[in-house]
Amino acid sequence: MKALKIVAGRVSVLDRDDVDTDQIIPKQFLKRIERTGFGQFLFFDWAREPGWELAQNPILVAGRNFGCGSSREHAAWALQDYGFEAIIAPSFADIFRSNCTKIGILPVVLDEAQCRAVAQAGEAEVDLDGQVVRWPGGAARFEIDPDVKHRLIHGLDDIALTLSHEDAIAAYERDRERRGPVTTAL
Amino acid sequence: MGAAHPKTLLDKIWEAHEIAPGLLYIDLHLVHEVTSPQAFEELRLGGRRVRRPDRTLATADHNVPTDGTPLAKRIRDELSREQVEMLERNCREFGIPLYSLGSEHQGIVHVIGPERGVTQPGMTIVCGDSHTATHGAFGALAFGVGTSEVAHVLATQCLVQTKPRSMRIRYEGELGFGVTAKDLILATIGKMGVAGAAGHVVEYAGRAIDALSMEGRMTICNMTIEGGGRAGMIAPDETTFAWLDGRAAAPSVIPEEWSLRSEPDARFDRELVIDAHAVSPMVTWGTTPAMVVPVTASVPQPKSSQEERALTYMDLEPGTPVQEIALDRVFIGSCTNSRIGDLRAAARMLDGRRVADGVYAMVVPGSQSVKAQAEREGLDEIFKRAGFDWRSAGCSMCLGMNPDVASPGERVASTSNRNFEGRQGRGARSHLVSPEMAAAAAIAGHFVDIRQRDT
Repeated sequence: MKALKIVAGRVSVLDRDDVDTDQIIPKQFLKRIERTGFGQFLFFDWAREPGWELAQNPILVAGRNFGCGSSREHAAWALQDYGFEAIIAPSFADIFRSNCTKIGILPVVLDEAQCRAVAQAGEAEVDLDGQVVRWPGGAARFEIDPDVKHRLIHGLDDIALTLSHEDAIAAYERDRERRGPVTTAL
Repeated sequence: MGAAHPKTLLDKIWEAHEIAPGLLYIDLHLVHEVTSPQAFEELRLGGRRVRRPDRTLATADHNVPTDGTPLAKRIRDELSREQVEMLERNCREFGIPLYSLGSEHQGIVHVIGPERGVTQPGMTIVCGDSHTATHGAFGALAFGVGTSEVAHVLATQCLVQTKPRSMRIRYEGELGFGVTAKDLILATIGKMGVAGAAGHVVEYAGRAIDALSMEGRMTICNMTIEGGGRAGMIAPDETTFAWLDGRAAAPSVIPEEWSLRSEPDARFDRELVIDAHAVSPMVTWGTTPAMVVPVTASVPQPKSSQEERALTYMDLEPGTPVQEIALDRVFIGSCTNSRIGDLRAAARMLDGRRVADGVYAMVVPGSQSVKAQAEREGLDEIFKRAGFDWRSAGCSMCLGMNPDVASPGERVASTSNRNFEGRQGRGARSHLVSPEMAAAAAIAGHFVDIRQRDT
C-alpha cells in the first residue's frame, strides 16, 4: 500500500445521502477477477443520466452514510482508480470505510456545514499527520483511529503486521481455540 | 481494577477471541466466488498459504445460473464461468473445502453455513459479504468484510478490528397474525433508518424474538446491515440447539459454552424498544429498505430530495394505496428468505390458485439441500402448479449477477434485502416483502394484506 500523508487538490462533489455500493460499482463489473481497471465503471448507471458530472479529482465530498450496502471492495477500488485519494463526508458505512483504509483511501468525517464549505471552496488539503482539512477560507480537525492512521501514513501491509503476532496466534490456537467445527471433516 | 461489569453477549464473544488489542481470532471464514479471487491472488503474490483451511468453507452462489447447470464449465456466461472455475482452482490449490456447482450442498453462503452446522453459538464468523450478519441468529459474532480482509483472514485467521459499540433492540409484545420476521425487521429499519445502527453490533431480544423459528431469526439478523449495523445477534436457546441437532458439523452433545447470553444487568451503548404487536405486513416503496410502510398504507409524500428521487425512480405517485401497486415479477429467494421454512410459508399462500396473468414468478431455494427437501415435501409441485418457475440454488435475482434479472421498468415483489436502484436489473423497481406477502401478491397481481385473505 502506498504511504499517504497529504492529499491536496481539486474537490469533486456528490451531494446525495445513503449512496450505496451498488451505485458506486454495479454488479455486472464484479465478475472481473482483477483488482484494477474499475474506475471506468464508477457510478456506471448514474453517469448515463443527464446532468451528471463528477470530475476526476483527488478529493471527493460525499453525503451522509456514504458507501452503504454491499461489502464489495470493488467500490473502493473503483473510486481509487478514478483518482480519489480522500473522501470527506458527514458519515460512512462501516464496511466501506474499512475497505477504504485497507487500500489507502483516506475517509474523513466532517460535519455537514464543513462538508458544504469544502465543496464550495472547490479545493482543499487533507493533512493526515496533522488530522486537519484546510480549504480557502477555513480549516477543520478530524478524528481517525491511531492504528489506522499509522498504517496509512507508513503504507503498512496489514498481513505482515498481524503475522508479527505469530507467537500470540499460535498460543491462542494451542490454548484457547474452540474445538470445532472442522470444515475439512465435512 | 474496578468491579467486573455485567457482560453482553458481544463482550463475551469478543473477550474469548481477542488475541491482542484489536486483533480478533476468527473461528470460521466463509468464501464465495465474487469477493475472493483478488484475495487469493494477493496470497500468491506474497508467497503466503491459507493458515486454516479447516476453518474455511467455500461455495459458489453469487453469479451461478439457477437453470440447473450441473458443472462450472457448463456456465454459459464467460465471465461467470471464469470466476466460478477460478474459485475451484483456488480452493484446490489452497486445500479449502468447496461446494461448487454440482455439489448437493451448494447454495447461498449464508444458507449453507447454518445448514451444515458449521455456524454455532459463540463463534466469530466472517465472509466477504455484508449479509454475514445472518449467522448471528445462532449467537455468533458474524460480520461482512472486504476483499483485503478476506486475504488477511486467509493468511492469518485473524482480523484487525476495533470493538464496535453495543446496541439492543428489544421487542415488546408478540407478532400478530400474518406478520413475519421479515415485517418485523423492515419495520425496525423503517423506524431507525439505514444508518440507525451504524458502528454497532445489535442484539435482538424480547418475546417476539424468543418465539421466532431459526429461519425467522436468520431473516432478522440478515438485514441488520440494512440498518447500518455491523452485526446482528440473538442469544442461543433451546430453539437454536434443536435446530442444530443432527447437522453434519454439529457436536452430538450440546457443549456447555453454547449457553451464552447477555447478563441481566449488562449495559448497552444504545437501546431501542419496539412494539412488535403494532407491526403490520410491510412493503417498501422506495430505494432504501427504510422507505417502507404497512401494506394498509399509501405511498407517502416525499420529505426530502432523496425521497423525491426514489419516487421518480419507482414511478409511484404519493397517495397511491400500496395494495393498488401492480407487479410484473415476483422473486422468492435470497439469503434473507429462501430457507425451507420460507418456502413452506409461501406455498401455504398459494392454495391451488394460479399466478396472475402477466406476472412472472420464480422460487430460488437457498441451497440444493433446501431444494431437495422442498421436493421431498412436494412444495415444488405446489409452486409449479401455481405457475411459479422452480429454480436451482443461488443468490439469483437478489443482486442479478446471473441471468435472473428484471428488465428496465419492471416492478418486482421480492423477498430479498435490497431495493436499491438497479439492484435487480437496470431500471428495475423492487419492493421488499415477506415470502407470504410475495406469494399472495403473485396470485393477485398486486400487493394484498394477507391478514384479509379468505384462506
